Amino acid sequence: MISKTKTILAAVLGVSVAATLALAQSKPAIDPARIDAMLKTAFKAAPADWAGRIEGDETMKICSATNNAPKADDAKKIEASAKASMKYPDDGKLLGDWQKGERIAQSGYGMRFTDYPAANPNGGNCYACHQMTKQEVSYGTIGPSLLEYGKIRKFTEADTKAAYEKIYNSHAVFPCSLMPRFGLNGILSIDQVKDLTALLMSPDSPVNK
Amino acid sequence: MKSLRTIVAAIALLGTATFDRAAAQQDAVERELEKYRQMMKADPWSNPALLDADDGEALWKKPAGPNNVSLEKCDLGKGPGVVDGAFAALPKYFADADRVMDTETRILWCREKLQGIDNSEFLKNPHPGGGARVKEVGRIATWIASKSAGMKFAAKLDHPKEVDAVEVGKVLFNRRMGPFDFACTTCHADSGKRIRLQPLPFLSKPEEAKKVVGEWPAYRVSSTHVMTMQHRVLDCFWQMRMHRVQMGSEVSNALIAYMVKTAEGGDVAAPGMKR
Repeated sequence: MISKTKTILAAVLGVSVAATLALAQSKPAIDPARIDAMLKTAFKAAPADWAGRIEGDETMKICSATNNAPKADDAKKIEASAKASMKYPDDGKLLGDWQKGERIAQSGYGMRFTDYPAANPNGGNCYACHQMTKQEVSYGTIGPSLLEYGKIRKFTEADTKAAYEKIYNSHAVFPCSLMPRFGLNGILSIDQVKDLTALLMSPDSPVNK
Repeated sequence: MKSLRTIVAAIALLGTATFDRAAAQQDAVERELEKYRQMMKADPWSNPALLDADDGEALWKKPAGPNNVSLEKCDLGKGPGVVDGAFAALPKYFADADRVMDTETRILWCREKLQGIDNSEFLKNPHPGGGARVKEVGRIATWIASKSAGMKFAAKLDHPKEVDAVEVGKVLFNRRMGPFDFACTTCHADSGKRIRLQPLPFLSKPEEAKKVVGEWPAYRVSSTHVMTMQHRVLDCFWQMRMHRVQMGSEVSNALIAYMVKTAEGGDVAAPGMKR
């Protein structure tokens, strides 16, 4: 009945995006347990300790199911759990070495099945998605440009902390952000997150020149 | 990538200050790549994938396996031995196997059922490494695909199991996985985006899917071999930090069914030539 109502609603509203979404959601859902089982079979060549790569946590379940557009209450839940996940350096210093940060931003190495045993530290691959410095013209556009990131924010302490947190777990600010949770998921170490924070927030970083 | 950067650098010198520099550089790169693609299209015989397609035809016709028979009686969906147009109508549900299969999966099935070949050893490592030649099943798939070149994608995908495969494929396409939280949609759910300088097709959008899905199997210049669609899906999972997806698995077939459904009506242009 609800499904029918939605279909009629969709027809009446015609081409609006909301209607298209309603129509899509009215289709019978695929049982998530079936998808999980299918994935386990398809990735049976994976080592046992890779099982978590299929399952995903509560945040990813919501983001996948809603096509990264969580409802307001789910968005709040995701934000809260991301905020609770933050870990900071013991000495409280959030700015590392921007030169190391630049190397981390350039590198896409790490955690692919061909990267074991690891020959290099993991990279953040920031340039794959973000413009960051005027010198690097080979940058992607999935994420926003970060040119002059710190300069625009006047290098404030609050913005430095916010930048650190976005790198550590961006869902604290943008629920269902497309960006990897570099800190929470153990892609980058706390020192590496500091180095990237410095790349964004140091006045002498090429990002701000 | 280095030569791309050289082109970028060279063109940058010519750019005027009034242009957004990065955008102008990107346009220049795109123009150079387009010129390359046009040259390729002007001389289709320049595509090295045709050598593999030729070999694929020979392999199809050659008796092999414990049963010492060829694949010439293999039913790719249009009846035993019919190859012309078969690729353009795949994936489809096969009652004999009781599952939805793409071209490569069907070749594996025929190898097992007709030739008596146990695929399990082959499936441990079915795709070529960088620089190595596409393996035999991939060569056969390249030939079969080439026999639909110029036709429109017309897989019906209306059998309940086919409808289900497309729906499952869509769910998988949106599913975020691995330590980087990536899904297919991370890169392929918007128009005009790129990774570094590589433009990304919006694969859930029919207009964009129609342009690219039919180009696979394709000769990939960066890895100097033919890459089949099953291999291409594995390559995306590699980047997603997932493991080797089983060739011919329900997962890879569902994703392929979803992409082919989205590309319905698009031209089959296999074997293509990619970066």
